[in-house]
Amino acid sequence: MSGGVPKLRLRGLRKAFGAKQVLDGVDLEVAAGHSLVILGGSGSGKSVTIKCVLGLIAPDAGTIEIDGHDLLRMPRREREAIGDRIGMLFQNGALFDSLPVWENVCFKLLAQKRIDRRRARDKAAEVLAQVGLAASVGDLSPAELSGGMQKRVALARTIAAEPDLIFFDEPTTGLDPIMGAVIDGLIVDCVQRLGATAVSITHDMASARRIGDTAAMLHAGRLVWSGPAASLGQSGNAMVDQFARGEREGPIKMELRR
Amino acid sequence: MAAILLDPLAALGRTVLGGCRSVGDVALFALEGASHLLRPPFYGRRLLRAFVEIAWFSLPVVALTAIFTGMVLALQSYTGFARFNAQSAIASVVVISITRELGPVLAALMVAGRIGASFAAEIGTMRVTDQIDALTTLSTHPMKYLVAPRLLAAVIAMPLLVLVADILGVMGGWIIATFKLGFVSEAYLKASFDFLETDDVVSGLVKAAVFGFVIALMGTWCGYRSRGGAEGVGAATTAAVVASSILILALDYVLTEAFFAR
Repeated sequence: MSGGVPKLRLRGLRKAFGAKQVLDGVDLEVAAGHSLVILGGSGSGKSVTIKCVLGLIAPDAGTIEIDGHDLLRMPRREREAIGDRIGMLFQNGALFDSLPVWENVCFKLLAQKRIDRRRARDKAAEVLAQVGLAASVGDLSPAELSGGMQKRVALARTIAAEPDLIFFDEPTTGLDPIMGAVIDGLIVDCVQRLGATAVSITHDMASARRIGDTAAMLHAGRLVWSGPAASLGQSGNAMVDQFARGEREGPIKMELRR
Repeated sequence: MAAILLDPLAALGRTVLGGCRSVGDVALFALEGASHLLRPPFYGRRLLRAFVEIAWFSLPVVALTAIFTGMVLALQSYTGFARFNAQSAIASVVVISITRELGPVLAALMVAGRIGASFAAEIGTMRVTDQIDALTTLSTHPMKYLVAPRLLAAVIAMPLLVLVADILGVMGGWIIATFKLGFVSEAYLKASFDFLETDDVVSGLVKAAVFGFVIALMGTWCGYRSRGGAEGVGAATTAAVVASSILILALDYVLTEAFFAR
């Protein structure tokens, strides 16, 4: 990692659910303005890592630092203030069914009272345009949108409050390859426009190469490799290369229940 | 041999401990939800929306329940009291039964079926689709946004619904008494209001507020704790209706004891 305080630093992060040790001492750093992609099989601890950073799950041990501040050892108000600068795109979008699109998009701005409801529609139209959606989409309900449009709206909601650290949880899952590439392009554009730091989880290798500067691989709750995203498939690490190429044979053994 | 004796005891112990844990969890959930009513930000729109959902959209089912209950009560009282030549007591029996017991309890059971299930299903779906986690990441406390407004709305709406149920229940009795049983309208109404005391109505309204809190609490708690996709949401919905119905009946006894036991 280059000099300076990293935007995000995890040290010895551990979390167990009952007897299952999901995170077993994860160490990770992301420099400000960089885009990290976290890879790993199902159950390797990727989502739990992100949820720990977001405060949705309390880790058992370890430190989570954002801009050098340890989230786990700071007062609640300060932690909330840092949380206000974090954005998250959920795998399924997690749009609020009961609200129209414009209110979904401006939800955080309204919650933080950075905007009033009269201006929120205009702001939503402006952000929707950034993800390639017409202003008229703002009046629809999330249930009326296709999967790709829901993902775009979720992306619009994520960037509307202009966060400086953004997490993406499998942003292209469930989309066709073309729409996946479109979403990846939008993510790259939005992150660059905001000058934000991005951390993404994905199983999609093409997506990982498009949106990541660097990549890291989790296996059995531990970080087993990190390096340039462009080197995925030729990393020299047997686990990473097996995963990137989608090969059945290799050091990673899938547990199949019969 | 020892296992044959100990296994059932161990299962019983686990069940009791699980029950105690749930009671503690509900109590903490209720305290946290109620505490958010006292601390800003307040979500007026969410409160209004929950109030309309409870009060306005439950009105038809509560009204129909009340009016038919009043009608049946008058009819049953007449056939029973006729054996003792006590038909004149029908008006007072109907009005006291409706205001003290049947109005609040039946309205609450109907609202538990509608609203308890609806709250559990909506919040449960939000839980399993990450919408509750999304609220947290969008600088909004889920308890404050989802639970507190529903608790307050139910506590306000239920007494209003029960007031309507009381009026319609008494009206149902009056319809049967005057149009079917041959009572003089004015005399029936006079007998109704002569026997009615303020405590009868107030106790029913206090019960309604408590039942409203219980319905909203169990609906939101079961939804909030739901896990495991559609099956989990279905289980949460069933649990919300069953738990709130049982609590309504149990608390009805406790409150009746508190108000009227001498």
